[in-house]
Amino acid sequence: MTELRDLYQAVILDHNNNPRNYGKLTLANRHAEGVNPLCGDQVNVFFRLGDDVSVKEVGFEGRGCAICMASASIMTETVKHLSVVQADQYVTAFCSLAVGENSYFTGRLDLSTLNILAGVKAYPARIKCATLAWHTARSALSKGGASVTTET
Amino acid sequence: MLDLQAIRQDFPILHQQVNGQPLVYLDNAASSQKPNQVIDAISDYYRQDNANVHRGVHRLSQRATDAYEGSRSKVRGFLNAKSDKEIVFVRGATEAINLIAQSFVRPQLNSGDEILISHMEHHANIVPWQMLCEQTGAKLNVIPMNLQGELDLSTFDDLLTAKTKILALGHVSNALGTINPIKDMIAKAHAKDIPVLIDGAQAVPHMSVDVQQLDCDFYVFSGHKMFAPTGIGALYGKQDLLEKMPPWQGGGDMILSVSFEHTQYNELPYKFEAGTPHIAGAIGLGAAVDYVTALGSDCIAAHEHQLINYATERANAEKDMQIFGQAPVKAGILSFALDGIHPHDIGTILDQEGVAIRTGHHCAMPVMTHYGVSATARASFGPYNTIDEIDVLFRAMDKVREMFRQ
Repeated sequence: MTELRDLYQAVILDHNNNPRNYGKLTLANRHAEGVNPLCGDQVNVFFRLGDDVSVKEVGFEGRGCAICMASASIMTETVKHLSVVQADQYVTAFCSLAVGENSYFTGRLDLSTLNILAGVKAYPARIKCATLAWHTARSALSKGGASVTTET
Repeated sequence: MLDLQAIRQDFPILHQQVNGQPLVYLDNAASSQKPNQVIDAISDYYRQDNANVHRGVHRLSQRATDAYEGSRSKVRGFLNAKSDKEIVFVRGATEAINLIAQSFVRPQLNSGDEILISHMEHHANIVPWQMLCEQTGAKLNVIPMNLQGELDLSTFDDLLTAKTKILALGHVSNALGTINPIKDMIAKAHAKDIPVLIDGAQAVPHMSVDVQQLDCDFYVFSGHKMFAPTGIGALYGKQDLLEKMPPWQGGGDMILSVSFEHTQYNELPYKFEAGTPHIAGAIGLGAAVDYVTALGSDCIAAHEHQLINYATERANAEKDMQIFGQAPVKAGILSFALDGIHPHDIGTILDQEGVAIRTGHHCAMPVMTHYGVSATARASFGPYNTIDEIDVLFRAMDKVREMFRQ
């Protein structure tokens, strides 16, 4: 159970029970849907980017396990107020962290908040739960992303 | 009565620890474990008899052919089909349904014709028909279900129309455990000359099946859910229907003669078995049929009935537990949710306690939609499971609550 508590830390359960930035953004100009077809998890991520191409507002909604929901919540807190380029760096850093690997950004970015999800690396079947919202965010932020829709 | 201790000794995989706890395997609806009798049959085949079938004049090929065809006879006996010609070896239930869709239904299907399935089908009994509808302009109709997880048959007669070209129906729901009243439904379809395919993947490991008594036109199942290896299954079809059907795949073994001008197809069942088959798998399936027959399908059903009754009783006593599928006639499948805790989290925490269950949509997404959920947790039982193991499951659920409800 001790090892499990590394995965289900109090902070993660708190994000699951009280997800931050939850809900659809009415003024979003970037949106992507992420689904995990194997387990039915679904996340919608919304961004309102400013003229300076930074994240002014971010929101998400969806359904999934505690890891998926907490990770989505933490993602929104992480990328808020960042430039699109910086946000993308965090996506790269997080996806590496989730599989227990270093990336170019390890040590260059402050990953202290994200580290509470690092326990997921011990549960290979659950890594995709943790990374779903991050991949979805990247898809929404990359202009040419196939699943990106622009809403006004 | 099953001798549980002896049965458990037959399954070497059960005697291991997972995460420091004795393994409690409750994911039988996804795939069953394999007894020594099946493992040995496969290993003996490769050690002693391995060769291609239906070809060589040499001794090994003859032994391989005898074992392969011997398994076909065993499957015929298991389903009580009339003839070995009515048993086609396939990769599994999925392949069998695709075969019937393309080879039996498609040639007689016109735009506007109808195919009837039910709301509780596995994707394997939905998607091949949807593909067929896309190819032909036919329409897919669906028998509804109620909240208990039973088929709602109030509109069944109306759904069987002059345009219905096949009724394809699951015998037992993999997501809910419901045992459908297929005998009556087959009779009603036949009264309107509509052929019926039964997906028996969840039925054959758990109850006796008699295709002559059911009078179904096609019955399909997968070996791996009934103690045989993956990649092998069987299609039963009435001989007169199989005779009329064109081959599905072309290749070796399904021909009598080939020239560049013309190919004469082989007789049943070889017409539908193109290429070198999964010989070892079929032999394993034969051994699995022997195993189930020795235990007795009725004894297995009685034992699993006891397990599901006990598990349901315990689940009903838990205020925060919801059961999906409470049909009065049910196989050993308990699909459930815990208030506020996602099934995947339940699955991970149970795994730490050595308990293996399935979490997700169980390849039955319309069933999930019916209940307004994206996933459930599912414990499914086999003949080697015990009442004690269900107690372990419920103790492990307390750990789930402990983790989430601080």
